[in-house]
Amino acid sequence: MDIFTLQDFYTYTKGITYILMVLILVGMTGFWLFLTERDEDDYE
Amino acid sequence: MSEATVGKISPPSKSVYTPFNVIAGIIIVIGLVITVLRFTKGLSAVTNLDDNYPWGIWIGFDLMAGVALAAGGYVTSAAVYIFGMKRYHSAVRPAILTGFLGYALVVFALHYDVGRPWRLPYPFLMQQGTTSLLFEVAACVALYLTVLFIEFTPAPMEWLGLKRARNIVVKLTMLLTIFGVILSTLHQSSLGALFLIAPAKLHPLWYSGYLPVFFFISSIIAGLSMVIFESSLSHRYFAHKMDETHIAEKEGVALGFAKAASLVLAGYFSIKVIGISADNNWHYLGTGFGLWFLVELLGFVALPCMLYAIGVRDKNLTLIKWTSALTVFGIVLNRLNISLIAFNWYLPAEEKYFPHWMEIGISVFIVTVGLVVFKFIVTRMPILYEHPDHKGGH
Amino acid sequence: MSISRRKFLGWLSAAGVGTALGTSAKAASTKHFTGYPDSAGVLHDTTLCVGCRECEAACNKVNELAPPDQPFTDKSVLEKNRRTTPDAYTVVNKFDKPDEKGNVFVKKQCNHCLEPACASACFVRAFKKTEEGAVVYDASVCVGCRYCMVACPFDVPTYEYDEAFSPRVVKCTMCHPRLLEGKLPGCVEACPKEALTFGKRDDLLKIAKERIRRYPDRYVNHVYGEHEMGGTSWLYLAGTSFSNIGMREDLGLKPAPELTSGALGAVPIVVGLWPVLLTGIYAMSKRKEKIAAEELSDAVAEAVAQTNEEAENKLSAALAKAEKNKETAIKKEVQKALDEAAKAAQQKEAETKSEEDA
Ligand code: SF4
Ligand code: SF4
Repeated sequence: MDIFTLQDFYTYTKGITYILMVLILVGMTGFWLFLTERDEDDYE
Repeated sequence: MSEATVGKISPPSKSVYTPFNVIAGIIIVIGLVITVLRFTKGLSAVTNLDDNYPWGIWIGFDLMAGVALAAGGYVTSAAVYIFGMKRYHSAVRPAILTGFLGYALVVFALHYDVGRPWRLPYPFLMQQGTTSLLFEVAACVALYLTVLFIEFTPAPMEWLGLKRARNIVVKLTMLLTIFGVILSTLHQSSLGALFLIAPAKLHPLWYSGYLPVFFFISSIIAGLSMVIFESSLSHRYFAHKMDETHIAEKEGVALGFAKAASLVLAGYFSIKVIGISADNNWHYLGTGFGLWFLVELLGFVALPCMLYAIGVRDKNLTLIKWTSALTVFGIVLNRLNISLIAFNWYLPAEEKYFPHWMEIGISVFIVTVGLVVFKFIVTRMPILYEHPDHKGGH
Repeated sequence: MSISRRKFLGWLSAAGVGTALGTSAKAASTKHFTGYPDSAGVLHDTTLCVGCRECEAACNKVNELAPPDQPFTDKSVLEKNRRTTPDAYTVVNKFDKPDEKGNVFVKKQCNHCLEPACASACFVRAFKKTEEGAVVYDASVCVGCRYCMVACPFDVPTYEYDEAFSPRVVKCTMCHPRLLEGKLPGCVEACPKEALTFGKRDDLLKIAKERIRRYPDRYVNHVYGEHEMGGTSWLYLAGTSFSNIGMREDLGLKPAPELTSGALGAVPIVVGLWPVLLTGIYAMSKRKEKIAAEELSDAVAEAVAQTNEEAENKLSAALAKAEKNKETAIKKEVQKALDEAAKAAQQKEAETKSEEDA
């Protein structure tokens, strides 16, 4: 099925964007922990 | 009112028939009656909504203004935990509590407004309208309400003596604060962006591509002003519940927040002017709506900006307190202008919307419920003071 | 795809993962969408409309709507400008002699936008532009937020405010069920004056432009709906400026989804960059605090060291002094003892002397 309307195109791309945003938020949290894991001073 | 009379009134009196309780009780009874009407007879029985004005004050005031005024939570926790302004620490808990109650009430109010409230989770569970700004708002409000709830839980946990659970939540403070700021940035701005889809209906002076930015920046102003306003009210009615830290820091909080609010108001004023210029809307300023726009811009943006500045320079706490009320009123006015007054601005007066008294009744009812719950919590849980077991810990 | 399956797919269907992952690449790269090819529309030639309200009656009948307060033959309702309601998907309005050419009648209903604002606004995707051309509404998911009504630039959707339990948004469906059966929309079929023409939108555009070309005196040179808000499936011809006959000419040409795409596009940017910014600020304020704390503790240590040294000096001085004092004291005592002894000896000597004398 092809996309014929801008509306459907945005529905599709924004849908993926929302999924990515969730992944980004989770990933960022994890990455921050990884980044600061060996810090001597106590960042929380 | 002098401190001495405050002291006399405020200790919890033995009788339940205090003026506050009686008035609150009456309002709540009326509210419940309207509630029954609303859910048995439909929206037309209690509202003046029509096809030209699908949104009334339940959206314009309860949602638009309510969310802006509940911004104190993210503004304060960001200032203290992210920007490291530790000296405002005692302002965090009351701000989080008001934020949480504010959002809870917004969601509560939405159940009255939407046609089929039991379907409110549909956008997440059934079909996602990802192109809708309202979807974005709904998702963020739902998530942020959860974040605020978790941020609030240490207070009841201390009250109930759940130390282990409390300490786990306190460890999450940073994460929750950052999440809160992200979610707030998004939905505060998206509330303004809701109107981007209706350029033909909103008056050009209020319609602007910058609407999301305007809403976000003014939410910071609303948040700061609400913290000042509310802390002066709390001090008046709950002084006996405050510990020394809170009272000692109170003045600093008012001055610091007033200074910040003044600065942000100056920025807000600037971008509003840029908004007029960007769309070349100068000629509208001479019309009736233009005058009204100027009233909002000069009377409720420029004026409070100056008053705050004077208040800070003179360390005049009374002036700051009144200015905070003026500012809050100005933000509410802005939200009502955009969602109701300047919306469908070309319609003749008789076709314009004016709220039914029962719509106002429900809005008052919801605010009252908020006050009652706030009073209940503040008189019981460690909000305005630090729990002795957790001093300096949170 | 059945309704339940579409709902079941939930998030994936929002992202269109199941249907569009591979095939949309071409569409995405051009980012230009022209709508469904061969989709249908209706051309409304207002110069032909006589305001007989036959279309209203037909619409009421085929959609099984509630009977009107006044019969459709009653022309007095035309005296008031009306809009669509839950019981009237379409209305005809009369405009008194704009341009002194005589009354103009205009039929109003959903324009079935090519890029519907209502669909862009709905947060449960209750509206859909179908490939046939109709914009249809699915009451089974509608929450009743009425944002679609806020969004529609033509003031079309209406709401069943009287309904307590299952209020719906109501609007013209272009008789989508009838189209699928191969029938004409009710209003088009009923129009006695051929003021309504049903056909492929592309063909209708050609017809409209041809009429303008052939009768330049009869029409203004504008096919309303060709570009308004990205274009609509309903097209209009008129003998007078459209703004004279209740049709807004200030809507702009931007399709609705474009109006919000900027704000929507900023959302993921905030999500991506705010954590960086905020943790950065946090780390900086934390670091400033740490440095301040270190400086403080250094200062304290130094002060402590200084006091210690001073105290020591004092102590040793005191000790030395004490030592000295002690020495002098002993010396004094010894002297005293010696003196006393000497004295005593003298005394004894004297005593013995006096005894001897006696
Ligand atoms: S005219 Fe209004 S209701 Fe009809 S498709 Fe366009 S936006 Fe939707
Ligand atoms: S009222 Fe229904 S159809 Fe309209 S936007 Fe809300 S959920 Fe969608």
